Amino acid sequence: MIRLENVSRIFAVGDQQVAALRGINLDIAAGDYVSIMGPSGSGKSTLLNLIGLLDRPSSGTYRLDGGDVTDLTDEQQARVRSEKVGFVFQAFHLVPRLTAAMNIELPLILAGIPADERKARVAQLLENYGLADRADHRPDQLSGGQRQRVAIARATSMHPAVLLADEPTGNLDQTTGKEVLNLLEQLAAQHVTLIIVTHDPAIGGRAARQLHMVDGQITDETGRSP
Amino acid sequence: MLLPDLIRLTTSSFLAYRLRSFLTGLGIAIGITAVILLTSIGEGLHQFVLAEFNQFGTNLINIQPGKTQTQGGNVGMFGSVKPLSIEDAQALRRLPHVEYVTPGVQGNAELRANGKTRRTMVSGVGHEMTNIFSMKVQTGSFLPDDEPSQARAQVVLGAKVRQELFADMNPLGSYLRIGGQRFRVIGVMEPKGQVLGFDLDDMVYIPTARAMELFNRVGLIDIHLSYKATTDSKSMVSAIAALLKERHGREDFTIIPQEKALEVLGSVLDVITFAVGALGGISLLVGGVGILTIMTMAVTERTSEIGLLRALGARERQVLILFLGEAMLLSALGGLAGLALGVGIAQALHLLFPAMPVHTPWLFAVVAELSAVSIGLVAGVMPARRAARLDPVEALRTE
Repeated sequence: MIRLENVSRIFAVGDQQVAALRGINLDIAAGDYVSIMGPSGSGKSTLLNLIGLLDRPSSGTYRLDGGDVTDLTDEQQARVRSEKVGFVFQAFHLVPRLTAAMNIELPLILAGIPADERKARVAQLLENYGLADRADHRPDQLSGGQRQRVAIARATSMHPAVLLADEPTGNLDQTTGKEVLNLLEQLAAQHVTLIIVTHDPAIGGRAARQLHMVDGQITDETGRSP
Repeated sequence: MLLPDLIRLTTSSFLAYRLRSFLTGLGIAIGITAVILLTSIGEGLHQFVLAEFNQFGTNLINIQPGKTQTQGGNVGMFGSVKPLSIEDAQALRRLPHVEYVTPGVQGNAELRANGKTRRTMVSGVGHEMTNIFSMKVQTGSFLPDDEPSQARAQVVLGAKVRQELFADMNPLGSYLRIGGQRFRVIGVMEPKGQVLGFDLDDMVYIPTARAMELFNRVGLIDIHLSYKATTDSKSMVSAIAALLKERHGREDFTIIPQEKALEVLGSVLDVITFAVGALGGISLLVGGVGILTIMTMAVTERTSEIGLLRALGARERQVLILFLGEAMLLSALGGLAGLALGVGIAQALHLLFPAMPVHTPWLFAVVAELSAVSIGLVAGVMPARRAARLDPVEALRTE
């Protein structure tokens, strides 16, 4: 599903070159549940952005679903993101002036899916995530847990193969955090590849496969599937 | 992305920042109002002036002595401009398709009657003058068809001259001294009012030959003629030119068909309309700067939203279109408001001051709205491109 070969990502900070990722080799199979843990600045978010095609490696190759996606144009990247990748963020990233339903609908709108099909899908998602009575509420009228549920519904609206979550529980209390995590794990159980970035071992530890990163390198891996 | 969704998304941000959007749209609205109002007045003036000229009838041709469009050297002492004569006018009268002819001489002279004096315009005209300029005699009759050399000393008064010199008396049959010569009043014209500040009623009409004598002129100032609608001005002009060339031996005259004069006048008035429109355009430009400012702010404020859209699969182009759409929506709505306001004020002005000519052609309205939208487009391009080119990772990180 996801194969990174000797991938590096180097940023230019002033006139210095800072390596956020160094020689990453990674294989993730379809349906894997992977967590990436490490201290801040270890490159875990950079890795997630790279996998999500928001960024490009400075060197190395990235194959997604068998195809080489290392050097896609911006336009091609956007298409792959739209079709195969869903993002869940720590800060939810809902559009404040749109209703919950419309936030969920956004990826479908951007993909140009016809209105009646969109309507059906959004209604189903609202139902699935227990948001049916919150459809017309704007984000500021929702609780943190509801917001993240909207964000997850949105991330899955295009039926992505890969779900990338960057500290999805970071802005939530223990209980709602657990609820959200359960939701994500349910998705993973339905053969969605789930990658969670977190600094919290209690959360990362739930994943079947756990990667530990330090200084742009994967230093340790536990629970590796064969 | 489908068009209805584009509209839905842009409208949502429009509604989210109501006051700000309103004020920005207002800038464009004021600009469009100014453009519409000023061009409406300009165009009203245009139509008013042309109507003033057309009230004298159409199919008119004016012939003046001297060639004003000559190329080449100065006529100098070897050339001679033969004056236009009453005989020329009589010859023209015999041309086919010519309806009426009047040889004209104008001057200023002192009028004296009933112990009152008045300086006024004295116009030497032919007996067909009233037919050419669609003017009417109120009482009495117009000048008769006298042989020019033996034209009787008769005068027809303009309405105002009659009022000033004869007040309530019946002037018909009385005598009037014009520059010392005695003329008998045979008619009074219907009031015609002012045309472009020129009072047609403050005038008296006498036979051309008499006027030439009075003002000591050897030639006419001009000849007016009207031709039948069955022919066109071009063939009429060449027939006149041929006849006069034969009589004068050279082209020492200028023929000005009214059509052409109106064309020139029309283009001058168009320039005026355009100029006042351009003045209004300056405020439209200021409105455009307002849109530029607000869109630049919007991009900065919504950086993380742009990052999100990119993460959700939006292409650079889609982000560009979203922001351009917003700028254009702002300016289009502002433009529509401005149109309504401009036309409304123009009509209100017309109601309050009926004398003020106002006219808003549809074309102006359409062009104004289109220019509003294009100003939105131009003002939106820079911020929208900035939005589209944001690095998604950087943008997402912005709070």
